[in-house]
Amino acid sequence: MVQEVTSPSPAGKAPQTNKLGLTLADYKGSPSTLCDGCGHDAITSQIIKAFWELSIEPHQVAKLSGIGCSSKTPAYFLSRSHGFNSVHGRMPSVATGAHMANHKLYMVGVSGDGDTASIGLGQFGHLIRRNVPMIYIVENNGVYGLTKGQFSATADVGSTLKDGTVNRQTAIDLCGLAIELGCGFVARSFAGDPKQLVALIKAALAHEGTALLDVISPCVTFNNHEGSTKSYKHAKEVDRPLHELGFIPFYEQITVDYEPGTVQDVEMHDGSHLRLKKLGLDYNPTDRFAADRAIHQSHKDGTLLTGLLYIDQETPSFTKLANLVDKPLSSLTPNELRPPKEALDEIMASLT
Amino acid sequence: MKTLARDSKDMTEDKKLIVNDFSIHVATVNGSGSQSSNTVLLRSIFQMGIPVSGKNLFPSNIMGLPTWFTIRVNKDGYIARKKEVDILVAMNPQTAVEDIKDLRPGAVCVSPVELNLDKIRDDVKHYVVPFGELANKASDNVKLKKLLTNIIYVGVVAELLDIDQKEIDKAIERQFEGKAKAIDLNVRAATIGREWARENLKKEDPYRVERLDLTKGKIIIDGNGAAAIGCMLAGVSVVTWYPITPSSSLCEQLIDYLEKYRLDKETGKRTFSVVQAEDELAAVGMALGAGWSGCRSMTSTSGPGISLMSEFAGFGYFTEIPTVIFDVQRVGPSTGLPTRTSQGDLMSTYFLSHGDTKHVLLLPSSVEECYEFAMKAFDLAERMQTPVFVLSDLDLGMNQWMSDPFVYPTTPLDRGKVLSKEDLEKLGGFARYKDVDGDGMTYRTLPGTAHPKAGYFVRGSGHNENAAYSERPEDYLYLMDRLKRKWENAKKLVPAPVIDHNKDAKIGILAFGSTHWAILETRDQLMKEKLPTSYCRVRALPFTQSIPDFIEAHEQVYVVEQNRDGQMLDLLRMEFPHLTAKLRSVRHYNGLPVDADFVTEHILEQERNAR
Ligand SMILES: Cc1ncc(C[n+]2csc(CCOP(=O)(O)OP(=O)(O)O)c2C)c(N)n1
Ligand code: SF4
Ligand SMILES: [Mg+2]
Repeated sequence: MVQEVTSPSPAGKAPQTNKLGLTLADYKGSPSTLCDGCGHDAITSQIIKAFWELSIEPHQVAKLSGIGCSSKTPAYFLSRSHGFNSVHGRMPSVATGAHMANHKLYMVGVSGDGDTASIGLGQFGHLIRRNVPMIYIVENNGVYGLTKGQFSATADVGSTLKDGTVNRQTAIDLCGLAIELGCGFVARSFAGDPKQLVALIKAALAHEGTALLDVISPCVTFNNHEGSTKSYKHAKEVDRPLHELGFIPFYEQITVDYEPGTVQDVEMHDGSHLRLKKLGLDYNPTDRFAADRAIHQSHKDGTLLTGLLYIDQETPSFTKLANLVDKPLSSLTPNELRPPKEALDEIMASLT
Repeated sequence: MKTLARDSKDMTEDKKLIVNDFSIHVATVNGSGSQSSNTVLLRSIFQMGIPVSGKNLFPSNIMGLPTWFTIRVNKDGYIARKKEVDILVAMNPQTAVEDIKDLRPGAVCVSPVELNLDKIRDDVKHYVVPFGELANKASDNVKLKKLLTNIIYVGVVAELLDIDQKEIDKAIERQFEGKAKAIDLNVRAATIGREWARENLKKEDPYRVERLDLTKGKIIIDGNGAAAIGCMLAGVSVVTWYPITPSSSLCEQLIDYLEKYRLDKETGKRTFSVVQAEDELAAVGMALGAGWSGCRSMTSTSGPGISLMSEFAGFGYFTEIPTVIFDVQRVGPSTGLPTRTSQGDLMSTYFLSHGDTKHVLLLPSSVEECYEFAMKAFDLAERMQTPVFVLSDLDLGMNQWMSDPFVYPTTPLDRGKVLSKEDLEKLGGFARYKDVDGDGMTYRTLPGTAHPKAGYFVRGSGHNENAAYSERPEDYLYLMDRLKRKWENAKKLVPAPVIDHNKDAKIGILAFGSTHWAILETRDQLMKEKLPTSYCRVRALPFTQSIPDFIEAHEQVYVVEQNRDGQMLDLLRMEFPHLTAKLRSVRHYNGLPVDADFVTEHILEQERNAR
């Protein structure tokens, strides 16, 4: 794994700082109130790590969510950032508006499978269609944790609830759907694989457009039993990483220390590199049809395909198409906001 | 011959001229292109200095269903809908029989010869015109013939009413600006109509126009266009919307203006951002996201969209995020009559959302107020940090109104209490929801503010002064009571009612929004009946103290509104229970704009019954 943290800790004592001189603790939030062992907390840790290691200014980050246990987590990371816990399933619209007002913000949205795949499916689809630049993390546990364990729309056929109820309805695969909707960065991961997750979060940050991370995040209280396909045990068993991931930020040297053909290097818009080291499978994440096929095949096989499923950096982002002035609209001065009297005079003359 | 007239015995042989005081009702088929001809007719009278108003009574349909355009010409400046039709132009075969049945004896009917309307009623003055033949003269093209028929009736009516041909030509030029061929064709067709009428029709009715000097310098505009200009001058930067009649033309016009006047001079890039959202829920979510992130943001919709915005409206109120929401009201519940007017969203918008929610509502009556209140709404939203609603309606929003030109704003934008990086450096930090100034309005920061203490957490769940999660009863009480305090202070900020206190009056009239125009006329009508009135025009919610004072000062107050259940009446009863006995109600809710005769008759009847 590449070491992004620059200033080494002097004499072992003082905590390590990043390029901004901030410690990992500076990227933490208030203590989590989730159940001990909840997958969501594991994801929170990797968000903290990714933002710290990439030395992103916390005040330039907007963290948003809907409603659910998962959606509570923005309170547990980046306490110096601006947070927005919105209404159930509607975080994408709030994020879109926030971005319209200030396109310089890094935006990270956290949602649940209930928040995204049920009540929020419409807004999720349209966020992707607009390609609003943000990381969209679905903390996917197959149930509604916060309302005490009902099935969500991502529950697999045959998966059971604690009381034995079996799900018979088709699961919505958010990655497959996102690819269909034209999402340019689609990844799946597992809360139990921090190394993969942190690399994906970093790469998602470098992507100019909506980046979806569907992260299997077991609910230890309501969906971690035998018979659940979203338990830690089951996920671990069926996890099939597509590749080993490494992320090299734009400000680091790239070293070529691998045998040709064993590694695929994806250059991101900001000059960063996502390094995909092959793991037996011959998988090309820039091939949309192959991605689709692999996802369907994994359903058939009952496996969990994790890693970068699909990447396309060509689709223009929402920001690009908006053709905005460079500075955030939120920083326009009164003179820039209110057209002069001549404008009104001209309009009035056209109406007489 | 048998007549279908409601009452033909009082058909008068009045030879007196009626100058500049009548209504023209043009019945056509939706999508037939009559809109531009009607505008030409309206504008040509306006250009002669005579006060006019134009209302389009149209179906929820793109093509094929009946539509009516009413022009009211009135020297005294009354521009409410006039109940009686004086001159019918019956171009629509589907409705012609109905249309002519409704005419009062002595009215005028211009119709195509083949409809044989003169066989149906002999107590109206018929002018039967061979429109088909005239259209043949105007063009050889079948499609064009149909379109040109519309401008031919304009020519006929112009001759009958003595509208100056120069003004017709001018109005046509304006309507088809830059399209020389269309101008030429239309001018010729209008002239064909006019000349035929001159040679073949004998003027036998009292109606005519005469030049006045009452419209000089005035503009004609619809309320949505006026609001759009107001929004632009308010500095709106984020516009999110979902199409719905009758509000679409607000955002559409706004976008056109922004594309012209809000581009960066050097780069040509936009200083605004617009999204056509996937629904109203998303539209208001985006508007709130942008309001939180520091832009003046807005959305515009009608009743069905307002219903969808409900959850977010309460969220915006509770988390204190500014945005502006226009509700151009139409008839409901449900799809209702989507192209008809109403004031039926007052109650539901006032309390939009669950729990203890109450919103600030602005209630413009005129196009001028659509313009002014748009600007006011943004100032209020940012000062109070809350969603502010502007309730217009279809009549105001989509019809053509005469107005004085709008005045450029003299007050600067009020961006409210926002702390900058420098402020935070001085203060060392801040508490987002702490009532520092005692007015219930707290300080906020914007995302992106470069200070480690600038960030705070917006949440729809209970929170304390520091925006931290809290379910402590004391914290919740503090928050709710502060929101109430803020609400009380809104009374000092919203537009005050306009009150005309008549010392001789025992009764008062209270109205709001587009109902205003009928009230102006009603008051004059009542005066002729020796019933002087006072008038209170409510311009916003919450109510200010002058409203109960007004009610108190009169024996009875008639609350006039355009909904079935008397929503304004109910709000007044609720807030001022001790005044309930003084309140009476007049409600007009058939989908047409309220007219003065209706209000006058209802007030007189209740006065008679009370005696
Ligand atoms: C409009 C609305 N309906 C229902 C709820 C109740 N509710 C809260 S969280 C939730 C489901 C959350 O599930 P998910 O997004 O999967 O989050 P998890 O708790 O599993 O992380 C529901 C139905 C709500 N808050 N708002
Ligand atoms: S209920 Fe489930 S999802 Fe919610 S905090 Fe507990 S473990 Fe996590
Ligand atoms: Mg869940």
